[in-house]
Amino acid sequence: MFAVATIALLITMVLALGRALAGPTLFDRLLAVNSFGTKTVLLIAVYGFLTGRPDFLDIALVYTLINFIGTVAVLKFFEVDDLGSGIYQEDDY
Amino acid sequence: MIDAAVWFVSWVAILGGSVFIVAGGVGMVRFPDLYTRLHAASMTDTGGAILLSFGLFLQAVFVFGNALAAIKVALILFFTLFTAPTASHALAKTALLSGLVPLGADGKPVLGSPEAAARLARSRADPTSDETRAPKETR
Repeated sequence: MFAVATIALLITMVLALGRALAGPTLFDRLLAVNSFGTKTVLLIAVYGFLTGRPDFLDIALVYTLINFIGTVAVLKFFEVDDLGSGIYQEDDY
Repeated sequence: MIDAAVWFVSWVAILGGSVFIVAGGVGMVRFPDLYTRLHAASMTDTGGAILLSFGLFLQAVFVFGNALAAIKVALILFFTLFTAPTASHALAKTALLSGLVPLGADGKPVLGSPEAAARLARSRADPTSDETRAPKETR
């Protein structure tokens, strides 16, 4: 059953890569990359169980957080062209 | 008895998660605009991750007998459930703010202009109300 999950994750990662290459907007690419990252986390976890040695779960754990930080950082960079901007501290939202 | 039950439940959870994930991947390729694709992708991030992690958790506890792995799987699920919807929300809001207009069910834009989309993203207005919608003649 772990093999089934691994294959499903790999198929979805290929589809996400296709969307990342096809675009058409920048946000589609970012969505695909973010989704690819989440699938990578699950793939690392499932692969550990597939080989019978679930020792890589720490890497998956760290990758979850890095993936989120990366996505939000890139989004902020797209929006204000500056990662150090304090735009969200202005109370106009 | 308990072995068979755990085997069955974790099979169902992992297979269901796999189906969710592949369906979301197909949706990500085939849906017509960014917001619908975002829906497909975030479905996999939550539904697929919950089912798959639940199956892995059961396997770790009852088959592998590895409590540390079970706790780590639960932590992965915990962090994923915090971060994935937040990232989806940030992505949708930034896209709307940058002026990407969502398409309606008939394939036409639901807002009149990119500026209207940015205004909608900045306001807390109800997107389904009449004032924020495009005028009828442009639809």
